[in-house]
Amino acid sequence: MSLDLTLHTDPAVPLEADVLTPGRLAGLSALETARLPVLYGNQAAELGEFFRITGAAGGELHLTGNLYRVKQIGAGMAEGRVVVHGSVGMHLGAGMSGGEIVVEGDAGDWVGPEMTGGRIVIKGNAGHMVGAAYRGSSTGIRGGEIIVFGSAGNEVGAGMRRGLIAIGGDCGDFTGVNLLAGTIVAFGHLGWRTGAGMRRGTIVSMHSAELLPTFSYACTYRPVFLRLYLTHLQRLGLPVTAAHTRGSYQRWCGDAIELNRGEVLLLEPGETAATR
Amino acid sequence: MYMHDTQIVDTFAEAFAMWGARVVITAETAAWAQAAAQSMTGFATSIIGCKCEAGIEADVPETETPDGRPGVSVLLFAMNAEGVGKRLVERVGQCVMTCPSTACYNGLTADETVPVGGQLRYFGDKHQISKLLGGRRLWRVPVMDGEFLVDDRFGIQPAVGGGNILILGRDQTATLRATEAAVAAMRGTPGAILPFPGGVVRSGSKPSARYSFLHASTNDAYCPTLRAVTGETQVAAAAGCVLEIVIDGLDLAAVEAAMRRGIHAAAEAGAIQIAAGNYGGGLGQYQIRLHPLIQATEAAV
Repeated sequence: MSLDLTLHTDPAVPLEADVLTPGRLAGLSALETARLPVLYGNQAAELGEFFRITGAAGGELHLTGNLYRVKQIGAGMAEGRVVVHGSVGMHLGAGMSGGEIVVEGDAGDWVGPEMTGGRIVIKGNAGHMVGAAYRGSSTGIRGGEIIVFGSAGNEVGAGMRRGLIAIGGDCGDFTGVNLLAGTIVAFGHLGWRTGAGMRRGTIVSMHSAELLPTFSYACTYRPVFLRLYLTHLQRLGLPVTAAHTRGSYQRWCGDAIELNRGEVLLLEPGETAATR
Repeated sequence: MYMHDTQIVDTFAEAFAMWGARVVITAETAAWAQAAAQSMTGFATSIIGCKCEAGIEADVPETETPDGRPGVSVLLFAMNAEGVGKRLVERVGQCVMTCPSTACYNGLTADETVPVGGQLRYFGDKHQISKLLGGRRLWRVPVMDGEFLVDDRFGIQPAVGGGNILILGRDQTATLRATEAAVAAMRGTPGAILPFPGGVVRSGSKPSARYSFLHASTNDAYCPTLRAVTGETQVAAAAGCVLEIVIDGLDLAAVEAAMRRGIHAAAEAGAIQIAAGNYGGGLGQYQIRLHPLIQATEAAV
């Protein structure tokens, strides 16, 4: 049993709809759901002014339409499942602690900021600040997983403390900036200044990268732990190859301006082509 | 009761409540995984003198291991949960972490767990790295060939130790043949191990001694050389050799399944008589009677 919401009126300005979580809608009829408050620009409005609502709440929520101006979907959710048949706006799953969000299209900036648990899957691309800390806050995600099949913008995992972020495509600049711990895996290229200010944690890329001078080369080896992560990501549908799981990785330690206990693992150049 | 020409004595194996754990060891090659497993299960034949009992359960194909490398599963048993935890730390630390290219994973989903990687991580001297994937915490301990990866905690569960069968044959050659056939049939039973050398023990014991400083001594009732000396011999008239197979399992069903396979195989291989060791039922929590065991189908037990 699922509750289906289909966008019938495109919002002209951002629509803040943090009520769109399975927990918030649990036990509500379609009519009651339609009356839930949302913020349309700076005006109070009701969900039903934008969505046609059918079905009944049963832990799963299906949203259909181009929701790129709808913000805070799944914010704070702790259980259940949200499936978006389209694209979504900013602050998807902000602070969520459990459950799963699947977006069939693209996502805006701030996917899963400061989340503590659960999983967000973006089948398309994501904007900047995936799994990041909010401005003025020191800590990004503290648990859970964010899986982006496409590319992501700048500052992926900024201030991240725990959890897993995987980007199927390229990342922008400052991936893992101020990383405290946790794991970021990028199957595409990394932008500039990867891991700037990182203390601990792991950033992995399947391509070479130009790192900051405060990172030092340690060795080239085959990290066994990465096999577990890649096996997990392969199960989730990311394009993991034998070259990734069996390949050798350069280990770079940094950032020396901080604890120097973080690591950037770069698949050995030529390893991908040689073992495919 | 006879099976083929083998007499199955109407008796029971007396087994004990223990605690068990399953360890999955992987390595770059099956040979290195096997080397670590052999080392970890060495000197772990009897709880009496080794503090634990351990054995190789099975090879684990790379398609079924957590890291996609060839592996071996090992079962380890001790008398209580604390004992399992201590022995795991000792043996994983000394026998698996030391072995080139290995990683070590918990192989048991259980309510109770004991820290293993959480203890061994200190070997990393503050260079160790913790990873948390899907609620599972692993430790990466830096070592000279890279990193030793080990699960933070290992599951433990109540188990059954000391299941056994006694195989009596005409002479040592014939008894070894029957016993080896039984071991071959019993190995690979899921959840069960045979902790003694080659799966076999020749020095069966009784839980008493005429020396005050000994808790256990030779099982004279089954020593052929003492047939004319001891008044309680159990060695059949035609038998000149007795060998025992001890089985530990993660549950009673695993022990019973292994015993059943062993009895069938030993009988087919020409054993004169098959019996089981017990202490009159006064010590162990489990009594596994041989006749009902071989009459039941494997699926039903």
